[in-house]
Amino acid sequence: MIEGAAWRRWVFFRLPMAIFLIFLLFPFYWMIITTFRPDGELYIPWYRANYKPFWTWNPTTAHLKYLFGETTFAIWMWNTTFIAVVATAISLFCGVLAGYALSRLTFKGAALLGTTIFITYLVPQTLLFIPLSEIIRTYSLGDTPWSLILSYPTFLIPFCTWLMMGYFKSVPKELEECARIDGAARWQAMLYIIIPVAVPGILSAMIFAFTLSWNEFIYALVFLSSPEQKTVPVGVISELVRGDVFFWGPLMAGALLGSIPVAIAYSFFVEQYVSGVTGSVKG
Amino acid sequence: MSNVTIRHVHKHYADFHAVKGVSLEIKDKEFVVLVGPSGCGKTTTLRMVAGLETISEGDIMIGNKIVNELPPMDRDIAMVFQNYALYPHMTVYDNMAFGLKMRKFDKAEIAKRVNNAADILDIKDHLMRKPRMLSGGQRQRVALGRAIVRNPQVFLFDEPLSNLDAKLRVQMRVELKKLHQRLATTSIYVTHDQVEAMTLGDRVVVMKDGLIQQVGEPFELYTNPANKYVAGFIGSPAMNFADTMIEEVGNAVYATNPTMRIRVPEQIAARMGPYKGKPATLGIRPEDLHMATGADPEDLSFDAVVEVGEQLGSEIILDLKAGGSTMVASVEPTVKVKPQQTIRLGINPAGLRFFDATTEMAI
Repeated sequence: MIEGAAWRRWVFFRLPMAIFLIFLLFPFYWMIITTFRPDGELYIPWYRANYKPFWTWNPTTAHLKYLFGETTFAIWMWNTTFIAVVATAISLFCGVLAGYALSRLTFKGAALLGTTIFITYLVPQTLLFIPLSEIIRTYSLGDTPWSLILSYPTFLIPFCTWLMMGYFKSVPKELEECARIDGAARWQAMLYIIIPVAVPGILSAMIFAFTLSWNEFIYALVFLSSPEQKTVPVGVISELVRGDVFFWGPLMAGALLGSIPVAIAYSFFVEQYVSGVTGSVKG
Repeated sequence: MSNVTIRHVHKHYADFHAVKGVSLEIKDKEFVVLVGPSGCGKTTTLRMVAGLETISEGDIMIGNKIVNELPPMDRDIAMVFQNYALYPHMTVYDNMAFGLKMRKFDKAEIAKRVNNAADILDIKDHLMRKPRMLSGGQRQRVALGRAIVRNPQVFLFDEPLSNLDAKLRVQMRVELKKLHQRLATTSIYVTHDQVEAMTLGDRVVVMKDGLIQQVGEPFELYTNPANKYVAGFIGSPAMNFADTMIEEVGNAVYATNPTMRIRVPEQIAARMGPYKGKPATLGIRPEDLHMATGADPEDLSFDAVVEVGEQLGSEIILDLKAGGSTMVASVEPTVKVKPQQTIRLGINPAGLRFFDATTEMAI
């Protein structure tokens, strides 16, 4: 906190904070207002007398109705949820085990393996989708949810592994040693002691992985083609932007509904999430 | 029988020889303390007994059975760690019960043992709390309780009191001692604090650089240190050392340097044969020095300049300069001295020790 006179707190803390918040939250506000604004107000030029960009007195649910009635938005939501949950589960399972092994077991080449895993994370998706689409085609996975469920872990597992590695390193070694003296085998010490202690780390890895797969765009765009297979980010863009016509109302309604699950996930676990990223365990 | 035998044990790390052939016989029910500076190999030795480190060479036996290849869980030991290593997500009760659950004890027996241990350690009111809600001393008790409930053959303690504040440390030290008298379980205790070692140990093992320097009962280490290192390590304030030359004048043997000329007591002089005309280190404990009176002979006293006096009530600790060496003396609390004052200190001849100047072994 800034110490001293009130004006200092205003100038150096509250004002910059307010500007930052407005900058950050304005797109969300715009998204919400556009969702509920009737078309008549949306496409009105700025020089008209009744031009009111920041508020509406005639809120409507027409865009939401259009979204659910005229597009397969509900299916996109289900697809996205299914793909994100399964891909997150797979990545978390592998990431936790790999992170534990790399941080705790001393085997030849452990450090090298850790670095290699990290390097795979650095390969940009925009390059990786070319060979991956070849693989997807070979195994006839194109246009199915499995094309994404199996390709998301290629960037999620390295990510989870690295996050968990760091977290496991912050768990005192003595906890595990004590458990092993207490009569636990290595896997029991991991299951009953280390993993419960690492829950904040696991939760933050989970939220990250879920968010990344929920918002993923390129793979979903390339691997899925029929409207009823699409995920929310791709579906909204490809079905609600036709040619150069933007269906702003439904588009923003889709974006709003699409961002709600992620927002809920974050707000639910924010406590654990913070301690997971800052990583500290006290005995 | 739960004696522990450590036989010619070595520990090599990639580029470090941490333990260089330690042999030690720990009797059933004995409380043995390993003491030494950090990096002396004491903790590594303990961890090898626990099975947390592999043994590079040599054998460790618990109850006459070689345990070199046995995993920690099968050695029937319990260990208390410096940072307590309590499981943070479990209640105190579950912390203590974990070892028993892992060993498939039935619920009633677990409850009986945990409650019994909680009684002994006076933590009954905290059984349902999480470790983070406890104070340092309480956590330490829980860690002890977790060791007790298992009723193991051997207790291993790795600096268990180091994280406590000074007052609590003294209190827990007494409790540990009571606990050992009550349970009479073979214990190996690692510390760097010589006071803990002296007060707790039936026998004390002084280690340095991966080697045992001396093994003995506390008073034996204090009165007959095997070498200069042990002499300086055991006792507080530490023993004073002065470089001297050994001279024979008539029948008497003297240790001399520019500020002192001390007559070597006869029983030590008898062993001084090979040192005549050669250097030797004189050692004298602060408590064997006193303000000289007329009764102190010339050759059992020396002049020193007071630098600082610390009044402790029961005694005054004087920091002194005697020629090139600094000295510490413990004198009567009623003595009046000022800084920079030159005083004459008398030596209690029974307290004189001599060490080889090169090997540092006691003469």
